[in-house]
Amino acid sequence: MIDLFLSPKIFPEPERTPTRFGYGDGLVELGKNNPSVVVLGADLSSSLCVDRFRDAFPDRFIQTGIAEQDMMALAAGLAVSGKIPFVSTYGVFSTGRAWDQLRTTVAYAKLNVKVGSGHGGVSVGADGATHQALEDIAITRAIPNVTVIVPVDYHETFKATVAAASIPGPVVIRFGREKVPEVTTYKTPFTLGRAEVYRDGDDVTIAACGQMVYESLVAADILSKEGLSARVINCHTVKPIDAATFLRAARETGAFVTAEEHQVMGGFGSAVAEVLSQNYPVPIKMIGVKDIFGQSGEPDELMELYGLKAEPIAEAALEAVKMKRG
Amino acid sequence: MGEAELRHLKSMSLAIRQDIVKMVAEAGSGHPGGSLSIADIVTVLFFDVMKHDPGDPCWEGRDRLVLSKGHACPALYAALAESGYFQKEELLTLRKLGSRLQGHPDMCKLPGLEASTGSLGQGLSLASGIALAMKMDGKSNRVFCIMGDGELDEGQIWEAAMTAAHYRLDNLCGIIDRNGLQIDGDTESIKSLEPLADKWRAFGWNVIEVDGHNLRDLFSAMHRFRHTHFRPTIIIAHTIKGKGVSFMENQAGWHGKAPSSEQTEAALLELSKEVVR
Repeated sequence: MIDLFLSPKIFPEPERTPTRFGYGDGLVELGKNNPSVVVLGADLSSSLCVDRFRDAFPDRFIQTGIAEQDMMALAAGLAVSGKIPFVSTYGVFSTGRAWDQLRTTVAYAKLNVKVGSGHGGVSVGADGATHQALEDIAITRAIPNVTVIVPVDYHETFKATVAAASIPGPVVIRFGREKVPEVTTYKTPFTLGRAEVYRDGDDVTIAACGQMVYESLVAADILSKEGLSARVINCHTVKPIDAATFLRAARETGAFVTAEEHQVMGGFGSAVAEVLSQNYPVPIKMIGVKDIFGQSGEPDELMELYGLKAEPIAEAALEAVKMKRG
Repeated sequence: MGEAELRHLKSMSLAIRQDIVKMVAEAGSGHPGGSLSIADIVTVLFFDVMKHDPGDPCWEGRDRLVLSKGHACPALYAALAESGYFQKEELLTLRKLGSRLQGHPDMCKLPGLEASTGSLGQGLSLASGIALAMKMDGKSNRVFCIMGDGELDEGQIWEAAMTAAHYRLDNLCGIIDRNGLQIDGDTESIKSLEPLADKWRAFGWNVIEVDGHNLRDLFSAMHRFRHTHFRPTIIIAHTIKGKGVSFMENQAGWHGKAPSSEQTEAALLELSKEVVR
C-alpha cells in the first residue's frame, strides 16, 4: 500500500459509513465558511443528509418539493445571482429526470450549480431498480463543462463536496445510500482531477471509482497470493479524467481492469477505454453492471449478484493479463 | 405615459419589428411569428419599465429579463441592439457560424443575456431562482420572464408556478405571449390551456390580462405588478402571432420559417407605411 494516510483498518475489516453522510457533513462545513452556499432539497432532506445543513442554516436551505426539474433550473437562477447552489436528490432524478435542465440551462451556460447525486448503484438495496442510479455517470460525463466525481468513502465525499464549491461550473458528486468501507482517512490527500495510486503493482492495473476501490484493493490482495502484483488506482474524478496517470499505468503494467457500480456502457470504464485505446492500447476488462436493471435485495447480495465484488475483479485481472500480447 | 413617450415607444417597437424581419430573412431561418408577437412587450420592458445600463450589462442594480421562449430571440437581440448593447449591423449575423447571436440565446456569448434558453419550460424556474436570490440578499431588483403560451404545455412551468407563489416572489413578473398558436396549430386544439387566468389565480398569482400590442396597457400592467405584494404577477398578454406583417399574422406556419426575398420586401414595405401613419 502506498502511504497516503489510508485507513489502517482496510484489512481485515474496515469501518463502514454511508457516503451520503460525507455529503451532509461537507455541506455543513461549507455553510460555516462560505455564505454563498445554498442547498436545495426535493422532499428527501434526511435521506440525503441535507437536514444537517437545513438545521444549521435554515435561511440558506430551499425546499422545492417533489419537483426536480424546477429545482435544477431554480438553482441555475440562484447561480447566476452569485449563489453556489447544491441541488440534492437521488441520481435517477437529479441527473435523469432533470438531465435536460442540467444540460441546457446549467451546463451550456457554465453555471455554478453543484449536483449532489445520491442513491448511486445497486447497493441502494431494497428500493429496487427505480431508485438505483446506474446510468448517471454516462449521461453526465457526456455533457460539456460538467465535472463528475465519484468519491470512494465518507471522508472523500466530504472532501469532494467541499472541493466542488471551490471550482467554477457544474459539478456532479455521486454517492450512495448504504454503509461502505472507509478506505481513506481525513488526512488522505484529495485533489480534484487527480487519480491516486493506492497500491503499486507491475502486472495489471485495477482502476476504480466509488466503493469499488475497496473491492479492488481486496482483489489485489487475492491476486498477490497468486503471484500477481496489481496496481490499484482510485479515480474519484471521472471527468476530467487523469489521463497521464492511466497512460503511465498502461505502459508500466500492460493490462487493465476497470471497476464501477454503474452500467459498463458509457460509464467509468468507457472513460478509461477512451483514453487508453487512442493513446496506448492495452487489454481492458470492465467490471460493472452489464446492460441490465437492478432489483430489490440486500446491498451485499446485489453487489455479488451483479459481479461487483473482489473475486470477479481478480478473475478479470487474470484474464486481462492473459490477453497481453508478446 | 405622455404622448411623446408613447410615440417613442411606438417607433422603437416598429424598429424592432423591422429588425426581426431583416434578421430572419438574412439568416434564412428562425422564428418570426413569435418574435413579432412579443415586439411590443420587449419594447415596454427595455425602453420604459426595466432598469438597465447598456454600457454596463452586468450592473448589479439592473432588472433581469429571462426569455423562456428562447426561439423568439430575434426580438430580444433587436431590443438589445436598439438599446445600444451592440451595433445594429451585428443583428445580421443571427444564426451564422461564429455569431454571438445564436439561434437560441447563449448568455456566455452575448452580454445582456441573463440566461441560455431554448429548451422550453425552464425559464420560469430560472427566473424564480434569480428572484429568490434577490429576496435572500435583500435586493429590490425585479425579474421578468417571457413565456410562450404553447410553452405552458410543459409541466415544469406549473412546478415553478407553485414554487414562486410558495416563496411569495412579488419581485417576479411572468408575461405570457398568448398568441394562441404553436407549431402544430391552435393551442386549444393541441392541449387546451383555458381557463388560463383561473389556473394562475388558483396557483396563487396576481393575474393581469392585457392587449399585448397596446403599449399603454402593457405599461400600466407592469405598474400594477410593481405595486403587488406577497405574490408573483402573471401578465397574460393577448397577442397576434406575426403581428405587423399581415401575411404572417395568425398563421402557425410562420412560427419557424424565414420569408423569401419578395416576402421580406413586402413585409418591410408594410412596416414602413406604419411609420407614416
